[in-house]
Amino acid sequence: MNLESLYREEWRRVLATTVRLTGDFDLSEEAVQDAFVAALEQWPRDGAPANPYAWLVSAARNRSVDQLRRRARFEEQGVEIERLARVEMSDIDLSEASMVDDQLRLIFTCCHPALAVDSQVALTLRTVCGLTTEEIARGFLMPLATMAQRLVRVKRKIRDAGLPFAMPPKEKLAERLDGVMLVVYLVFTEGYAATSGKAWIRQQFCDEAIRLGRLLCELIPGNPELRALLALMLLHDSRRMARSGPDEEIITLEEQNRQLWDRREIAEGVPLLEAALREGARGEYALQAAIAALHARAQRPEDTDWTQIARLYDALLQQRPSPVVELNRAAAVAMAEGPAKGLALIEALEAKGELAGYHLLPAARADLLRRECRWSEAADAYRQALALVANDPERRYLTQRLAEVEVQSASGNSVIH
Amino acid sequence: MEYLLLIYGNDADIAKMTEAERGAIYQEYGRFTQSIQQSGNHRAGHELQPVATATTVRVRDNKRLVTDGPFAETREQLGGFYLIQAKDLDEALAIAERIPSARTGSIEVRPLVSRSSS
Repeated sequence: MNLESLYREEWRRVLATTVRLTGDFDLSEEAVQDAFVAALEQWPRDGAPANPYAWLVSAARNRSVDQLRRRARFEEQGVEIERLARVEMSDIDLSEASMVDDQLRLIFTCCHPALAVDSQVALTLRTVCGLTTEEIARGFLMPLATMAQRLVRVKRKIRDAGLPFAMPPKEKLAERLDGVMLVVYLVFTEGYAATSGKAWIRQQFCDEAIRLGRLLCELIPGNPELRALLALMLLHDSRRMARSGPDEEIITLEEQNRQLWDRREIAEGVPLLEAALREGARGEYALQAAIAALHARAQRPEDTDWTQIARLYDALLQQRPSPVVELNRAAAVAMAEGPAKGLALIEALEAKGELAGYHLLPAARADLLRRECRWSEAADAYRQALALVANDPERRYLTQRLAEVEVQSASGNSVIH
Repeated sequence: MEYLLLIYGNDADIAKMTEAERGAIYQEYGRFTQSIQQSGNHRAGHELQPVATATTVRVRDNKRLVTDGPFAETREQLGGFYLIQAKDLDEALAIAERIPSARTGSIEVRPLVSRSSS
């Protein structure tokens, strides 16, 4: 029996059920931890039980009762504790169906909008994905103590504000599911971001997000936007090996070696997206996934259907007006209709002033100016971007581009405008 | 005429008090509450849980926005209150969003200190 894989499989299920029984997050987490420790000691010795999940739930329940007895101070609490202690294991619903319910309850509770989004993400990683506090802290490049405090505070709010361990009511389900999807996507993008930090930790976040996406698709079948989200993550992840060089330098989409793209993830993601679209997925994840699928479909950069991508960005802007999406659209329009069109859009964006301080804005402008051979203007724009960039891999990329255009500019190859 | 008396204080200062100091204040509160109950002035009153337990609800364009934390806009001022009974936070939020001013202002939902906890 592989205890490592058992831990991964069962942690979430056992925790979710224990939370259902005790109604207390913190208490349950400790109790489940203890139960796993006991399993590690006893099972090699006595042999693994036929139903590990039931064994662990029973052990966690017993430990919870012990803890509650130690803490109890009031009559009414005593009554509750004894009720929990006396429940027969055979009376506790451990069926597949209730296991599914428990896990869904756990996910929806972790992603409740009454909790700060950062806390939702941390709590989901901890309790649903089973990452250690240390792993989470490292993934966010935060001190361990800070992350530990964040988790303590969010569990305290759950307890003190009376946040229930329940599925949202039907009329709130869509709204709450949006929140869950956002958390999953934030976990993924945190792992995917090309900022400094150990690559393997970041990869763990992407893996967890994809795992969560799969779990949600399994627990809530028949939701096309959920499947579109999973497809989006798979398609982004498929480019993982090609996105950075041996020194962690950035390799743009245009320059990536497409042989390094993960064909299995693409082979899974594209049909998944197509099915989701056929079933009516039209939200931001579906649109972003469609864009990713168009890239995945192109054997070479020049085969990319930029016109369609630009149209998808139009649709995305309708759904979620955002200056960053507008910037991405400008880049796509530039590829579809020429740099001049893209530059006009970027200049309009700059005039609006919403992206002041965002290094990718001057970087995008620099890129288009470079394609138009307007070397000295490109150089200025790269310098503007360098003044704003906050991470090493991107700084190195921009520095290199700046050097390239400076060389061109010096050798007098400018187009005068 | 009826009035709402809003008690503002610095949570951090209160946290710094000793057990004895806190105990003394609670006793004083007890005596004060009793006295205004006896004089017939008391309608309702309770200690609130700290701001970390607060949740704010707004409704804009028919969409409910729930965020963590207390109400903190300086452009809005306290205009009313309800003291409700609810099964859990979700029920409290469902009630809060129906308050007409949720559509233009913000409703802070703060749990009370329960009588059986310390």
